Amino acid sequence: MSDGIVYWLQQILNALQLGSIYALIALGYTMVYGILTMINFAHGDVFMIGAFFCFMAATMLGLPFAPTLLLTILGTALLGVVIERLAYKPLRNAPRVSAIITALGVGLFLENFTLALAPYPKHIPPLLENVTWDLGGVSLSSLQVIIICLSLGLMIVLDYVVHRTPVGMAMRAISWDKTFVPLMGIPVNLIISITFAIGAGLAGAAGTMYALAYPVIDPYMGIMVGWKAFISAVVGGIGNIRGAMIGAFILGGVEIMVTAFFPSTYRDFVAFSLLMLLIMIRPYGILGQPRTQKV
Amino acid sequence: MRKTLSLLLFSVLMSLGLTAWGAEKTLNLGVIAELTGDMPAVGASCRNAAEMAVKEINAAGGLQVGKEKMKINLIVEDNAGKADQSAAAAQKLITQDEVLAIVGPNASRYAIPASEIAESSETVLITPWSTNPKTTLDANTNEPKKYVFRACFIDPFQGGVLAKFALENLKAKKVAVLYDVASDYNKGIAEVFKANFEKLGGQIVAFETYTTNDKDFSAQLTKIKDAKPDVVFLPNYYSEVPLQVQQAKRLGLNVPFIGSDSWGSDELLKLGGADMNGYYFSTHYSAENAAPVAKKFITDYEKAYGAKPDDVAALTYDAFGLLFGAIKDAGKADREAIRAALSTLPSYKGVTGDMKFQADSRDPVKSAVILQIKDGKFTYFTNANP
Repeated sequence: MSDGIVYWLQQILNALQLGSIYALIALGYTMVYGILTMINFAHGDVFMIGAFFCFMAATMLGLPFAPTLLLTILGTALLGVVIERLAYKPLRNAPRVSAIITALGVGLFLENFTLALAPYPKHIPPLLENVTWDLGGVSLSSLQVIIICLSLGLMIVLDYVVHRTPVGMAMRAISWDKTFVPLMGIPVNLIISITFAIGAGLAGAAGTMYALAYPVIDPYMGIMVGWKAFISAVVGGIGNIRGAMIGAFILGGVEIMVTAFFPSTYRDFVAFSLLMLLIMIRPYGILGQPRTQKV
Repeated sequence: MRKTLSLLLFSVLMSLGLTAWGAEKTLNLGVIAELTGDMPAVGASCRNAAEMAVKEINAAGGLQVGKEKMKINLIVEDNAGKADQSAAAAQKLITQDEVLAIVGPNASRYAIPASEIAESSETVLITPWSTNPKTTLDANTNEPKKYVFRACFIDPFQGGVLAKFALENLKAKKVAVLYDVASDYNKGIAEVFKANFEKLGGQIVAFETYTTNDKDFSAQLTKIKDAKPDVVFLPNYYSEVPLQVQQAKRLGLNVPFIGSDSWGSDELLKLGGADMNGYYFSTHYSAENAAPVAKKFITDYEKAYGAKPDDVAALTYDAFGLLFGAIKDAGKADREAIRAALSTLPSYKGVTGDMKFQADSRDPVKSAVILQIKDGKFTYFTNANP
């Protein structure tokens, strides 16, 4: 293959990997918003905790990849439920701003709690035998394949759960009307807990994959990635699962391609200008629907 | 109730008074260190060395100031790895704790804002590790600041050393650079390196940037790989370099990497592991090739903290050495007198070599060392003199 084609194929692969990582986190944002119309700003920090759970499982318990991933997902799911019970549930009927401020507070708490216990950046040992294939000059690593497949797989599972199962139906019902749904015999608290458990579990999966791809982790790692995932969810249409996925691939793609085309200093400036333009054209995101407000 | 309250107040006042009029006078010295944030290893080394330097003086009965010996009271402030908190910490040390002088912060992006506060409050600040020229230069006039000194060499020198090293020792004709554009230190040395390398006849084939806290460098590294460099220069901090090297290797970019003094922490070896083997970086001193005066410091430090002192520790110790020398020479605990004494201090033999402040400059003249990472250890490779 000619050098030019190899170069662009490599950049496309880079974009797919970055987009998949954003997607894994964006799914959690969009899910909680879809059910509760609440932006869970602590999500990026739950993702960071996920990376630290992965670190603990891998180094202290010495577990291989699959049990580490499972344990991390369970750990963060539990954390998600606890956060919802302690911090968000008392505010369920409070103004939406209070919930957002609380979420930011929970995020700061998680960051500084981790900082107090682990001020030094940590190195994640390679849990997977990493094979790099050389496809005519294009490098493809097994890790990239796993990350891309995992995020696509989880999106399909999530889409199925929300649209095809009784629990998913209950979730969608709650998102429609929180007052009358309990009268139909749906346990609202349980369903909301499940929503948070799934959202936080996804953040745990994302934290694990991120920690394997970028094996230096620190307590502040969730902030920027969390913002970018949130932006992905908004671009795709917040509340929409497939939209979050599309938004994440758009953001990852734009970031990588701007760096490939322009001097890398312009990356964030050009990338975010493009996204703003997109939002101006489609204010509800690519797959988002304007919600009708009952007055 | 009122009686007990006033009694309590009285006793508090008495105890405060007693310490002030106590048998021995104390000198307040401040340290600003990166104890938390993205480079906590730097802050820890700085604090350890500072505490050691002060303990030694206090154990010997205190510092000779004029006719009396004064004990030193060290106040350590954390800047949390933030520019604004560095300035706030400097402000607090100067106005609230009334320190005589400040040592730190270490990274240039924190040392520059703190130095502005020290300069305007007319208090001596010595940064151990900040190599960016702007730290000791006035931003408006480009003249040296009056009150800000450093214990290390500056980037124009370091960049020149590295450019020469890449060209002569590594026989590199084409070099690529990847650096953090949002950080003063990284940006400064990347530009100096580029200018020097091109002046020596080399070619910079890629000059790529990212911003602090980025973890994905795949786009930039793919661009760099496409430019086919002989060597890649990564003038970035120890917590980021391992990620950059690992991602480069995953993309099939297998050329030597070189770095600057921001690599010089044991954390680099812990985070990077075997991936870092064989690469070179410039720094301030080498523990295995140190001067006789340094030997005692190295053994004492190892005994106290269970690790070899890195360059930040050595430079912090030297910053205190310079400061103690200046206070002795000044003969009084006065900020202005210390500034004057520091700028005329005769050649000081420190852990990181001999240094002296030249007239009208706040930057000491001293040599640099090139280290190689071998079998998970920093080993001495060569020396470079100014």
